[in-house]
Amino acid sequence: MDLFEYQGKQYFARYGIPVSPGGVADSVEEALEVAERVGYPVVVKAQVKVGGRGKAGGVKLATGPDEARTHAQSILGLDIKGHVVTRLWVERASDIAKEYYASFTLDRPNKVHLGMLSAQGGVEIEVVAAESPDAIAMLPVDPVRGLDVATARRWVAEAGLDEEARAQAADLLVALYRCYTEGDCDLAEINPLILTPGGEVHALDAKVTLDDNAAFRHPEWDEFRVDEFEDPRERRAREKGLNYIGLDGSVGIIANGAGLAMSTLDVVNQVGGTAANFLDIGGGANADVMAAALEVINSDPKVTSIFVNIFGGITRVDEVAKGVLEALSRVEIASPIVLRLDGTNAVEGRAILAPHLNDRLITEPTMLEAARRAVALAR
Amino acid sequence: MSIFVDESTTVIVQGLTGSQGRFHGLRNRAYGTKVVGGVTPGKGGTDVEGIPVFDSVVEAVERTGATASFIAVPPRFAPAAILEAAEGGIEFIVCITEGIPAQDEALTYNRLVEEHPGVRLLGPNCPGIISPGKCNIGITSGDIARAGGPVGIVSRSGTLTYQALYELSQKGVGQTTCVGIGGDPVPGTNFIDCLEAFQADPDTRAVMMIGEIGGSEEERAAEWIAQNMDKPVVAYVAGVTAPAGRKMGHAGAIISGSKGTAQAKMAALADAGVRVCQNPTEAGEAMVEIVRAL
Repeated sequence: MDLFEYQGKQYFARYGIPVSPGGVADSVEEALEVAERVGYPVVVKAQVKVGGRGKAGGVKLATGPDEARTHAQSILGLDIKGHVVTRLWVERASDIAKEYYASFTLDRPNKVHLGMLSAQGGVEIEVVAAESPDAIAMLPVDPVRGLDVATARRWVAEAGLDEEARAQAADLLVALYRCYTEGDCDLAEINPLILTPGGEVHALDAKVTLDDNAAFRHPEWDEFRVDEFEDPRERRAREKGLNYIGLDGSVGIIANGAGLAMSTLDVVNQVGGTAANFLDIGGGANADVMAAALEVINSDPKVTSIFVNIFGGITRVDEVAKGVLEALSRVEIASPIVLRLDGTNAVEGRAILAPHLNDRLITEPTMLEAARRAVALAR
Repeated sequence: MSIFVDESTTVIVQGLTGSQGRFHGLRNRAYGTKVVGGVTPGKGGTDVEGIPVFDSVVEAVERTGATASFIAVPPRFAPAAILEAAEGGIEFIVCITEGIPAQDEALTYNRLVEEHPGVRLLGPNCPGIISPGKCNIGITSGDIARAGGPVGIVSRSGTLTYQALYELSQKGVGQTTCVGIGGDPVPGTNFIDCLEAFQADPDTRAVMMIGEIGGSEEERAAEWIAQNMDKPVVAYVAGVTAPAGRKMGHAGAIISGSKGTAQAKMAALADAGVRVCQNPTEAGEAMVEIVRAL
């Protein structure tokens, strides 16, 4: 789960990483209240999960209430790359002497953690990496040993952070590593990490991705979930416990297993169609899950045909077939359904469906043929 | 021959008394796998349809001489189960558990490598391994595999592994071993480990490799193939149409920035001389063609 900047900063604060004082505002009035509380000048920042906010006019400085009002009004409702701003983060403006970059993520090829630190912050790290790779000090961290202050001190020196920032930055990096590991982040990134003219180091932005697999030990993540899904289709799927990602095409996809679901999208694309979604019903899905999946797809107005691609392993094809009939008896499915059923209990599954087949419920023997049929029906 | 497991492999199931462990453990035994014991703390002395259950791996290994373990326990217990297996003397660990936090996985992998360098972990979040006719550990349905080789299969995705087995078996082409390495960010066994073993196995004469978006394991495998492999390789990579920044079901299947795309992986594999196919059926057909020409 990706966090909004304000959530990321709240999360950082839990681990003792210094951030600017600020607050969340959903209206102009709330923005003014927060500004009054933290003291002018303030920065009014759009809360969207997409980069390039500044360029789009989503980040503005206000020296007093009049400016704060003007900026809050202009930013609320702003469309930034398809994300409409409904929430602001208002924080005390910081004087900036230097901008750095710091992050932790998993180095997958080497199977250890990777810290990245640079004295050139404030710009996209990919740009720094491409133009001056030497400006990034990479630190592999063995998860068994962790990161201690002594190592962090050598690291900040190696990265060329200013002398007066080093001690604070080293402590902050140890805290950031703890946030990343104990806080179960896939990514914990600060860009920029700033040094103020007064000699203080703190996080001016926060980019945090949480590992959903660790949710069971983080009850505090519940509050972050409030506005996790902007796409209403994804919200509905989530309520049903389905692994769903909304896309823009017209063929609704249901498959079992992530690999097969991805492959189904690809095959639909190869035969000239476009997928409306990714939906993996997972291993061992029963009739209820299948019915819920069809209902979620059915609620998508863009869908004009549905392709159910099942290769039974743990999932039993007879259960899938029952689920399809169950869904058809519960709700009217607006689009024709094409099924390809193979694997565990496929013969039984096909037999269950046989008496119900018609031009709205069709089976095809292979994945490719089923894809062609579903794409033809979508037109 | 086969890789990693064969008819001499003896297996214990950690979590045999749970629903998944019981179902698949018994299914594996019915296939012919030598399932010699189970481990569930507190249930030692009982049995599951004649398979003795022990309180710990150490005890199970002492009593049965097991060489491999099949771990089917929930995510929060799986890391400890993996380390317990290694400490108990198991050489080959298969962990099918899905949903282990990445931090736990990274920590467990590194502890395993540092403290038990001789132990191989397959998974987590994988379908397991099958050497048809000899040994099946995990959740693969044995009847879709075909014994006798000559194809080795290695795959990151469970259902696509089944699809690959099915495509080949239906056309009369058998497999030496089929390894599902799993879709998590820190797999215990990777493509190169399997390619290396297939290259060394005289009975494996061609390899089918199934990748997916995310990470750079396919690119690394391509590099390895170009330098070390003289057996033909057919590859399919899922996720050509996957959007960036979204996890496609598997924790490891995500395109970050411009990294991890299917296109880049397919290009790297093609450059290494691998026959890259556009869908699983095409990959199956290509492999049949190659095998017939051997």
